[in-house]
Amino acid sequence: MSDKSHDPNQMTGAAMIVRALIDHGVTDIFGYPGGAVLPIYDEIFQQSQVQHILVRHEQGAGHAAEGYARSTGKPGVALVTSGPGATNMVTPLTDALMDSIPLVCISGQVPTHLIGNDAFQECDTVGITRPCTKHNWLVRDVNDLAKVLHEAFYVATTGRPGPVLVDVPKDVQFATGTYHPPRKSDVHRSYAPRVKGDATQIRKAVSLLANAKRPVIYSGGGVINSGPEATRLLRELVEVTGFPITSTLMGLGAYPASGKSWLGMLGMHGTYEANMTMHDCDVMLCVGARFDDRITGRVDAFSPGSKKIHIDIDPSSINKNIRVDVPIIGDCGNILGDILQVFKAEAKKPDVKAWWQQIAQWRARNSLYYRKSNDVILPQHAIQSLFEATRGRDTYITTEVGQHQMWAAQFYGFEEPHRWMTSGGLGTMGYGLPAAVGVQVAHPDSLVIDIAGDASVQMTMQEMSTAVQYELPIKIFILNNQYMGMVRQWQQLLHGNRLSHSYSEAMPDFVKLAEAYGGVGFQVHKPGDLDGAIQEMISVKRPVLFDCRVASLENCFPMIPSGKAHNEMLLPEQANDEATAKAFAGGKALV
Amino acid sequence: MNQPASAYFIEERHDPNETHTLSVLVQNEPGVLARVIGLFSGRGYNIESLTVSETESQKHLSRITIVTTGTPMVIEQIKHQLDRMIPVYRVVDMTLTKRSIERELAMVKVRGQGEHRVEALRLADAFRARVIDATTESFVFEITGNTDKINQFIDLMRPLGLVEVSRTGVAAIGRGPEGM
Repeated sequence: MSDKSHDPNQMTGAAMIVRALIDHGVTDIFGYPGGAVLPIYDEIFQQSQVQHILVRHEQGAGHAAEGYARSTGKPGVALVTSGPGATNMVTPLTDALMDSIPLVCISGQVPTHLIGNDAFQECDTVGITRPCTKHNWLVRDVNDLAKVLHEAFYVATTGRPGPVLVDVPKDVQFATGTYHPPRKSDVHRSYAPRVKGDATQIRKAVSLLANAKRPVIYSGGGVINSGPEATRLLRELVEVTGFPITSTLMGLGAYPASGKSWLGMLGMHGTYEANMTMHDCDVMLCVGARFDDRITGRVDAFSPGSKKIHIDIDPSSINKNIRVDVPIIGDCGNILGDILQVFKAEAKKPDVKAWWQQIAQWRARNSLYYRKSNDVILPQHAIQSLFEATRGRDTYITTEVGQHQMWAAQFYGFEEPHRWMTSGGLGTMGYGLPAAVGVQVAHPDSLVIDIAGDASVQMTMQEMSTAVQYELPIKIFILNNQYMGMVRQWQQLLHGNRLSHSYSEAMPDFVKLAEAYGGVGFQVHKPGDLDGAIQEMISVKRPVLFDCRVASLENCFPMIPSGKAHNEMLLPEQANDEATAKAFAGGKALV
Repeated sequence: MNQPASAYFIEERHDPNETHTLSVLVQNEPGVLARVIGLFSGRGYNIESLTVSETESQKHLSRITIVTTGTPMVIEQIKHQLDRMIPVYRVVDMTLTKRSIERELAMVKVRGQGEHRVEALRLADAFRARVIDATTESFVFEITGNTDKINQFIDLMRPLGLVEVSRTGVAAIGRGPEGM
C-alpha cells in the first residue's frame, strides 16, 4: 500500500484549481461566490498568491476579466457559481468569442450525481456555453481536472484566442486526486493552430505589394492579439513601404494615430479618406481583421478593383465575407516578419506619391467636422478635450456601446496597443465600466477612463461598488444626451423619426449616485467648464462618475448608409434633412 | 438597391447550391457530436445526412460523415468551421476528392399478399436486397448502395405496400490504398 499522504501533488479538486491558477501565472481573478463554488472560495481564503476581486454581478466579472486580458495580453480569469452564476457569464463569454479575447471561466456545478436532475441552481452550463466558447469542459473525475485546467489555459491563449469554460461539479472540488503541473500532453492532439505562413503565398503577397500603385494596409485586432512584435513589425512595414494604413475598431493603437501614414478608422463610421482609400485601392493587405459587415458596407461593391491579401490565424475567416486573392494562414506577427524580410531583400519602395496626393484630397473633406457651440457641449468636443487632457499620460480607455463609442474611436488618438478596450463584435452595452475595473486591477497606477453613454452605463452600474471596495480610481466619463443615441439615430434615419423607447425619461442623478456608492460625482453643462472639470476628475484618486451633459440630438457622422458602398458615405456637412432622406431612400419607402 | 430599413446590409445571394459529403475524424469524447451538430444549427448550415460511429476504439476516434448543401462559399466555411473545433482531427471533402465511395444501408418493411408480394421479391432480387425478416404477409429487406439506388428501391416498394423505412445515412470512404 502506497502512502500518498505526503505526496504534495495529492490534493482536493478545489486546491488544484487554485494551484493551476498559480502555475499559469494568474495573480488576479474576478468572481462571485455561491453554493457550488464554496470549496474553491475556501481555498482562495487560505492563500495570498491569487487576489480575488468580488464583483456585484457575474457579467461584471466576465467583462472585468476581458478588460484585464486586453490591457495586459494575459488571459483573464473569472470564477462563478452554477446556475445563474453561469448563465450570467453568457454575455461576456460571447463578447470574448466575438473579439478573440483569452478568457478562462471556471464555473461550479451541482454534484455529479445530481446533474440532469433539475437540482437547485443547476443548468446545463456546457450546453449553454458551447456556442459561446472556443471550447468547454465538464470535469467528472478529479484526476482529469489538472489536465483539463492546463488545456483550458492553452486553448484560450493560443491560435485565435478566445474564451473557455471549465465546469467543475462540487463533489469533484471536494474529492482528492493527483495534480500535475502543465505539460504538453495535456492538450488534444487534434488542436494545433498554424503559426507559420506559407512561403509561396508570402512571395505572392510581396510581389503584389511591390507592384502596387494604390495600396492600403487594413489592420485589425489580430495584430494586437499577436503581441508586441506584431505591432512593431506592422509599423516597420508601413515605414518601409510608405503605404497608407487604416484599421478596424478592434485594431486601434497598433499603428499610432499620430503617425503620418494613418488614415483613421474605416467602416460604417470610419473616415472618408479611409473608406475611399479602401474603395479605390489596387492592392489591399488585410492583417488580422475579418471583413466584418460594419467594415465592408455593401459586399458586392466592396473595393471592386483590388487584389486582396488576407493574413489570419483562423482559416474560417478567409473567404467568409469577401473573396481574397492571396490568403495567408498563420500568426500575423510571424507572417509580417516574413513579408518584411522578403520585401526588404527583393523589392524596392513602390512609388505611391500620386496615391498620397489623391488621399490628401479626400482628407481635405474633413469628414470628422462638427459645429462647435459655446452654449452646449458637443460630444465630439468632449472626447477631444478628454484626449487633450490625457495626452502623454499613461492612459487606458474603455467604452460602452453606441454613439459615444464611435466618437471615442474617431476623436481619441491611440498611440499604443492594449490601450483601447471596447466591445466590437458583440456590441455589448454595459461592457465599459466593468472592463475599466479589470484594467485598473491590472494597472493600479494608470489612468483608466470608461467613455460611457448614459444608457449603457446603467446596465452594469453596480460595479461602481466593486471599484469603491478595491479603491480602483476608475473614471466613468458619461456623454449624457438622455437618449440611447445610436438607437435614436437609426430611428431618425430609418424609421421616420418615430423615437420608440429610445429616450430615458427617468435619468438618475449621477452625482448623487456616485456619492451613494462612495465615489465622486461631477456634472458639467457648459463648454467653458469642461476642461477644468476634466482636470479635476483626473486628479481625484477615487472612482468618479462624470456626468457630461452633451447636445442631446447630435448624430454620429460620417456614415455609410445601409446598402451602400464605401464611396457613398454620408459626410457631416451633407447630413441635412434632405440629403439624409435621400441617402436612406430605402428606409423612407417604408415610412 | 432598395432595401428595407435595417442596420444590416441585406443582400440576396443567388449562387447555386452544391451537395458535398464531408468525412470528419473526431476525438470520441462526451459532447463531441453535440458540438458538430450545434455548429450546423447555430450557423444555419444544412444537414442532409449524418452518420457517426467510433471507428478506432483504442485511439477513441470517431468518424462522422455529413452530407450537406450550400453555396461553394458556405461549403468552404463549413469545412473551416469544423476543422477549427478542438476535438476535430481532420475534415476531408469527399466530393472534391472525386475518388470516394458512398454507401447507405436501409431496412425496408413491405406488407402485402399475392402478386404484390411476388413483385416485391422480384424487385428485391434485382436490387440485390436481402430478406432479413419474413412473415406470411410481410418482408423486411436489407439493401445497401448509394443514396439514389435506395431512393429508387423505396419508390418501387411504395405501391407494393411499403410500411416503413430505417436508413443509416451515408458512410463514405476514399478509393485507393491511402487513408483520410
